[in-house]
Amino acid sequence: MEVLSPYKEATEVILEAGGEPLKLCYQCGLCTGTCPWNMVRSFLVRRIMHEAQLGAVDFGSEDVWTCVTCKACVDRCPRGVEIIDVMRALRRAVASLGIGVVPDALRISAKNIAGVGNPLGEPPERRNDWAKDLKVKDFAKGTEVLYFPCCVPSYDPGVKNVARSVAAIFDRLKIDYGLIGTEAKCCGEAIRKAGYEETFQSLAQNNIDLFTSNGVKTVVVSSPHCYHTFKAEYPELGGEFEVLHIAQYLASLIDKGKLKLSKELNKKVVYSDPCYLGRHNHIYDEPREILKAIPGLELLEFPDARENGLCCGGGGGRIWMDTPKGERFSDIRVEQAAEMGADIIAVACPYCVLNYTDSVLSMGKAETMQVKDIAELVAEAM
Amino acid sequence: MEEIRTGVYICHCGLNIAGVVDVEEVAKYAGQLPGVVVSREYRYMCSDPGQDLIKDDIKELGVNRVVVASCSPRMHEPTFRKAVEDGGLNPYLYEHANIREHCSWVHDDKELATNKAKDLVRAAVRRVCRHEPLVVREAPFTPSVLVIGGGIAGMQAALDIANGHQKVYLVERDPSIGGHMAQLDRTFPTLDCSECILTPKMSDVGHHPFIELHTYSEVEEVSGSIGSFKVKIRKKARYVDESKCVGCGDCEEKCPWKVPSEYEMGLAKRGVIYIPFAQAIPNVATIDGEHCVYLQKGKCRACEKACEAGAIDFEQKDEIIEVEVGAIIVATGYDQFDPAVISQYGYRRFDNVLTGLEFERLTCAAGPTEGKILLKDGREPESVALVHCVGSRDQNYHEYCSRVCCMYALKYAHLAKELTKADVYQFYIDMRCFGEGYEEFYNRLSEEGVNFIRGKVAKITDDAVTDEEKGKLVVVSEDTLLGKLIRVPVDMVILCSALQPRADAENVGKILNINRRADGFFLERHVKLDPVATPTDGIFIAGCCEAPRDIPDTVAQAEATAAKALSLISRGTVTLEAAISTVDESICHGCGRCEEVCPFSAPSIVSKNGVMVSEINEALCKGCGACAVICPTGAVTIKHFTQDEILAQVDALTEAR
Ligand SMILES: Cc1cc2nc3c(=O)[nH]c(=O)nc-3n(C[C@H](O)[C@H](O)[C@H](O)COP(=O)(O)OP(=O)(O)OC[C@H]3O[C@@H](n4cnc5c(N)ncnc54)[C@H](O)[C@@H]3O)c2cc1C
Ligand code: SF4
Ligand code: SF4
Repeated sequence: MEVLSPYKEATEVILEAGGEPLKLCYQCGLCTGTCPWNMVRSFLVRRIMHEAQLGAVDFGSEDVWTCVTCKACVDRCPRGVEIIDVMRALRRAVASLGIGVVPDALRISAKNIAGVGNPLGEPPERRNDWAKDLKVKDFAKGTEVLYFPCCVPSYDPGVKNVARSVAAIFDRLKIDYGLIGTEAKCCGEAIRKAGYEETFQSLAQNNIDLFTSNGVKTVVVSSPHCYHTFKAEYPELGGEFEVLHIAQYLASLIDKGKLKLSKELNKKVVYSDPCYLGRHNHIYDEPREILKAIPGLELLEFPDARENGLCCGGGGGRIWMDTPKGERFSDIRVEQAAEMGADIIAVACPYCVLNYTDSVLSMGKAETMQVKDIAELVAEAM
Repeated sequence: MEEIRTGVYICHCGLNIAGVVDVEEVAKYAGQLPGVVVSREYRYMCSDPGQDLIKDDIKELGVNRVVVASCSPRMHEPTFRKAVEDGGLNPYLYEHANIREHCSWVHDDKELATNKAKDLVRAAVRRVCRHEPLVVREAPFTPSVLVIGGGIAGMQAALDIANGHQKVYLVERDPSIGGHMAQLDRTFPTLDCSECILTPKMSDVGHHPFIELHTYSEVEEVSGSIGSFKVKIRKKARYVDESKCVGCGDCEEKCPWKVPSEYEMGLAKRGVIYIPFAQAIPNVATIDGEHCVYLQKGKCRACEKACEAGAIDFEQKDEIIEVEVGAIIVATGYDQFDPAVISQYGYRRFDNVLTGLEFERLTCAAGPTEGKILLKDGREPESVALVHCVGSRDQNYHEYCSRVCCMYALKYAHLAKELTKADVYQFYIDMRCFGEGYEEFYNRLSEEGVNFIRGKVAKITDDAVTDEEKGKLVVVSEDTLLGKLIRVPVDMVILCSALQPRADAENVGKILNINRRADGFFLERHVKLDPVATPTDGIFIAGCCEAPRDIPDTVAQAEATAAKALSLISRGTVTLEAAISTVDESICHGCGRCEEVCPFSAPSIVSKNGVMVSEINEALCKGCGACAVICPTGAVTIKHFTQDEILAQVDALTEAR
């Protein structure tokens, strides 16, 4: 029989890596019951917390990499355990100390980010190529708004249109905005959650220096992940600027009457809350207000919307890792949307765009269902 | 002879009775029984309109005997007697027939049940004709209270009563009051020092003008009943004149003989003459006669030479003090379960396996290690395991939960971490942290980094299987949350031992005529609605003698018993039972059998006109009937239960309908 002995040194490593909250866990199991993974496979969050308490974690297990950091569990944990911090601590222990095994896909993305500043491994100088033909100006001192699109829309041909839509909207509204030079790097949110703390620190420092030296006051972002790290994590490292998610920015323009949507869109649209916009940052209403402002659009709601929203599966670095068919949350969402008769799944996060598009294609639903970022819908409706 | 005019009332009790018994039919039947002038059925006889039926019939129809057929007499016989009295009749001209518990609730066949109800009513009607009016008397209530046990429960009860300016006799078996709380170091969940909150109370008790404190004393005999209990207290010889002893402790210093100190849980020694602890009340020395070399072997008297006050008195004898009290509060507390019987835990076999109370003494600054948590070899432990539910929640020992162990284990976890920086492993089955601030304390301990392992410890062994285990105590259990066997090597193990009934609880119960539950603790009158009373009128129970509990609950209970006693005192009298025994002196032989069997000492054999006969003290007689049964000549009768009445009832039950 396998006999366990508490392994204090391992617990200490986890604690030092930021796992301190694990002490509070009293093993009720609510997190396991809440975690969406258990819809598709077994993922005993409670058990991981206890193994971490005893230093009995199997660092070689894929469980270390499973959490999508969707925050569903954290919001409900009766002891207020920052479960994501514990998950991150386990990954840090692996990534920095080399105790276990980092999944291949993640290792490659991590290497890309550290090397060229984006997970796709694209050349840095092509970061702003998506806007080549749009004559967007470079950010200069005094420019009102910096638009920071996220690596995915910047490089991924399938998601480029998200950034291009934002540019189109800004141009039409004559907003004084610019793009920062190609020295910008990945925001680092996801790689940090994946345990690569040093990489994150250097990315963040690079961006903070860049923004500060350029006199950036306001950043508008397309990704809730950039939003989260700029807003919650950069200030601790000295990066202080106003951060707005595009949904907030557009909603306020609509509210002020500056943005008018006139083209009808006679479609049923269901909005999927991105975890980092919703649970992590409590932005639920603005995206919906924008969608409601589009004439003809019928807004549908998932049965588990807002605080209970299902993750697309892309958080916590999972966007770079392979999730086998049958375990993809985005497949569940697409299925739900189809049942509701939705024509479009609207999202507000580039990771969601990637995952849902992938699901729609692989599930053979491309003829009947589209995946669109709200910026794309707005641009079309202007 | 007066004409018997009986009124019969059949209660439906909603559908409780009427659902099975045809109440209309029973009422019709009763209406034609001899002597019955009115027979009714009603939905709820105990309601005001139901009672009014009786009162009106007494006034308007001249009813002079009443029978109600309803539920058990336990609850509502007093209700209907009162209604009869309010109607202007003597309350004893009433008979109760139980057609619910004895009939509708236990039968399904409606016809047979209806027939049985008719029989019960017929028997009651037959008996009620023979009832005589009885006089209810009141006796004065002695305005003083005996409190047995001077732990926090007994002290609190005594103080509350004494502060109401009523006399309290507080009897404590040990040389000092204080009980277990005096042994505790800090108290959960606030971690305030036990002594700091206890000593002022002890001192108040010691000086209170309304408290007569008898320490080193025991209650030997109790007779009488509520309102007037006669109590014999044995004040054991402490061989020290309390009035002369100044508590200087010179004697103890000079006493050449040392024995393990009970107060220090055997972790330190005391003199054979000793003051149990610095704050003892009374602060006087006591000679432990069993170990005193002079008293046992006739040589020594070292203390006598040391005592400047001349307080030592080897001639002192046990003294019997007799007092009379109106009520008694029992607050004798608990014993700690001896974990040695669970041999796999190695208590007494391993040096560093301790009980809770032993650990209390270790952390106490005034204790044997001056507050340092030390192993037997003087080292500080680097790791400590806490084992929950030792002897509790285990049908091999005690089935109940001891209620305080989860919390004191958390307290120890905190102290171990604070005083030694040791790693703490807490082996629990459930964490029961129910009181005010308790869950928060548990939360705090989690934050402090205690390792909680869910699993009942299977064994504690020194049989090392790895290098890390060498020289350690290995605690073995399943980690039920991981489904794996876990072995934790530690330096010290604290067994959270159950709280159990006092070893002499049975004897105390016998002296006081109060019962114990199957678990051995004293039985309350009603778990929910009368939790501090016993089934014996005028005797109350407070604190851990009733069940394990923490100090806040103990104090609340003690206050409740004080309120009960004060309310009796403030009423000033007790109602005496009217249905008591009488002696037909013309038949009585004066044999004294009644005197022997009576549990209340009511009969006594006296000489009347030169003949020895039994005389009943009406204030003591409870009407239990023991004397009537034992009397060989049939001289004793219990009023309201005369032979004539009972036989008439039996005859009525056995005859054809
Ligand atoms: C290890 C341990 C730690 C604890 N820690 C805490 C804590 O931190 N906080 C908390 O709230 N509770 C704690 N408790 C519980 C606490 O000890 C009890 O709630 C409290 O002591 C009960 O008081 P008591 O007066 O009912 O009983 P006791 O303290 O047992 O007092 C009973 C008294 O009656 C006397 N006596 C017994 N029999 C007779 C007799 N026949 N005649 C005359 N006198 C008699 C005894 O000598 C004693 O003085 C702890 C218990 C244990 C075992
Ligand atoms: S919900 Fe919180 S307390 Fe409960 S098991 Fe999960 S982490 Fe632990
Ligand atoms: S954050 Fe989401 S994925 Fe991660 S453990 Fe919690 S519920 Fe599961």
